[in-house]
Amino acid sequence: MIVAQQKPLEEIMGMIANAEKVLILGCGTCVTVCFAGGEKEVAILASQLRMATRLAGHEKEIREFTVQRQCEYEYNEQAADYVRDADLIVSLACGIGVQTMNEQFPEKLTVPGLNTSGLSQPTEQGVWEERCQACGDCILALTGGLCPIARCAKSLLNGPCGGSQRGICEVYAERQTPCVWDQIYHRLKDLGQLEKLMEIRPPKNWHTSRDGGQRKIVREDLRL
Amino acid sequence: MSDNGYIVGSNLEKALKAGYFVATGELGPPQSADRHEIEHKAKFLKGIVESVNITDCQTAVVRMSSISVAVILLELGIEPNIQMTCRDRNRIAIQSDLLGAYALGCRNLLCLTGDHQTFGNHPQSKNVHDLDSISLLQMCRDMRDKKIFQCGEPIKGQEPRFFLGAAANPFADPFEFRPYRLGKKVAAGADFIQTQLIFNVPKFQEFMRRVVDLGLHEKVYILAGVGPIKSLAAAQYMATKVPGMEVDPEYIERMKNATKGLPSLAEIKNMPPQEAAEARRLRKEASEAEGIRICVEIINECKKIEGVHGVHIMAIEWEEAVDQIVRQAQIGPKYDPARQSATLQTD
Repeated sequence: MIVAQQKPLEEIMGMIANAEKVLILGCGTCVTVCFAGGEKEVAILASQLRMATRLAGHEKEIREFTVQRQCEYEYNEQAADYVRDADLIVSLACGIGVQTMNEQFPEKLTVPGLNTSGLSQPTEQGVWEERCQACGDCILALTGGLCPIARCAKSLLNGPCGGSQRGICEVYAERQTPCVWDQIYHRLKDLGQLEKLMEIRPPKNWHTSRDGGQRKIVREDLRL
Repeated sequence: MSDNGYIVGSNLEKALKAGYFVATGELGPPQSADRHEIEHKAKFLKGIVESVNITDCQTAVVRMSSISVAVILLELGIEPNIQMTCRDRNRIAIQSDLLGAYALGCRNLLCLTGDHQTFGNHPQSKNVHDLDSISLLQMCRDMRDKKIFQCGEPIKGQEPRFFLGAAANPFADPFEFRPYRLGKKVAAGADFIQTQLIFNVPKFQEFMRRVVDLGLHEKVYILAGVGPIKSLAAAQYMATKVPGMEVDPEYIERMKNATKGLPSLAEIKNMPPQEAAEARRLRKEASEAEGIRICVEIINECKKIEGVHGVHIMAIEWEEAVDQIVRQAQIGPKYDPARQSATLQTD
């Protein structure tokens, strides 16, 4: 899922400095599941901002609302009255939600209250680990189902590099990030597919990734 | 292969092909635009090693570019071995730089993935990694042997011809895959290999046994990475702080013992200034002599290992030590007794 983290309060305070009426708009999908931008987080941020602005000498009017999916117009329609009354919207959705709001309600500015941080798997309670970079050309069949694009600090296709020691990546060693190429090696060994590691992988076609420009999927079979 | 039987005909290639136990050196470019620093370091390396590696912003710290320093070395009569990493350039920039490097006279090229930028002085930078060391090697080989760019288009005119090198780290994991990864580099186009610094000879011997079992030593020249330890602190730092390095505890013990009988650092603190300076000098000399001794011993061990064709001496910021090392180990163009009778052809 898409995971995100709330921005520091000071940064959000800076973004709302010139607004009187602020709407905190949550999203009920991915960011709710990762405890960053659901109804509960909206309520917490709203009360923090009320207190902080009161302490700063001028309490702002902070309102709260959460839609089910901020990346779709039809859900955001339910927030239209709140948007109309507000000077500024702080979105607690991912970057897609923030942009959908700005496009749908161009007369009001929607600013991000979260930093969108990746496509991740919740690996234990309170821990999310990046698993996919949406490169547009999936190679998981070659690597035993572990992604070196997202999980290797150098996105190597012919790893592991010399910085792999005792299964740990040398980059930010204190984080003890597993070396994904070490994991790929052991996985392919278990599967009896080590021959896949002996083949030289040619340079990746990054055109399908962001490097080819903004990506767009058009499914003619689904269009009305 | 050209008409004279050489792939490129660099000094390095010729010395390796002639069967000498070869020595290469290394020079770290300055973190400034100062040419004099390069000239100063270069004079310690001239004439005593076959070629000098010039690092490409090692540990991701901004330094003068490898190719620029190579040109300065060429002017000084030293054969450079340029290093190219995949961290800072995409395939367009790398190919462009290599066309230029060849036109400027560079003939040896070491292809690397590159240290991650978090280790350097610009940890907030964006990394590239469009290619990796293996696909970089393949691209350079195809530019040379197939006269094509990575995209497949022909190079119309002079192709860049480099004697191609790659790195190997026998001390990284998974150990059992390391010889095979070296094999991938050979298949991708490596003509020579320079290894990570060796301070664990038995493990390197085991690595080489496996490399020989795969027959790789007959397809590629392997230069063992060696270097002098300057002090006990340096040995301890390498043993504990440098990822991908293993230091035999014996060497740490020897560095510790090197200054035995001399005043300790605590004792020096209480000495009058002049006496303290003298004591420090003695400690430094004793440490450095032991560090060089260990380095020479490791070189002599490497000479006995099947499939090792020479050593790559990394004495960054201590270039003065290289002359003592090659003299004591009796290797390289100046001190190898086998080289005294034969004159190496240079064109």
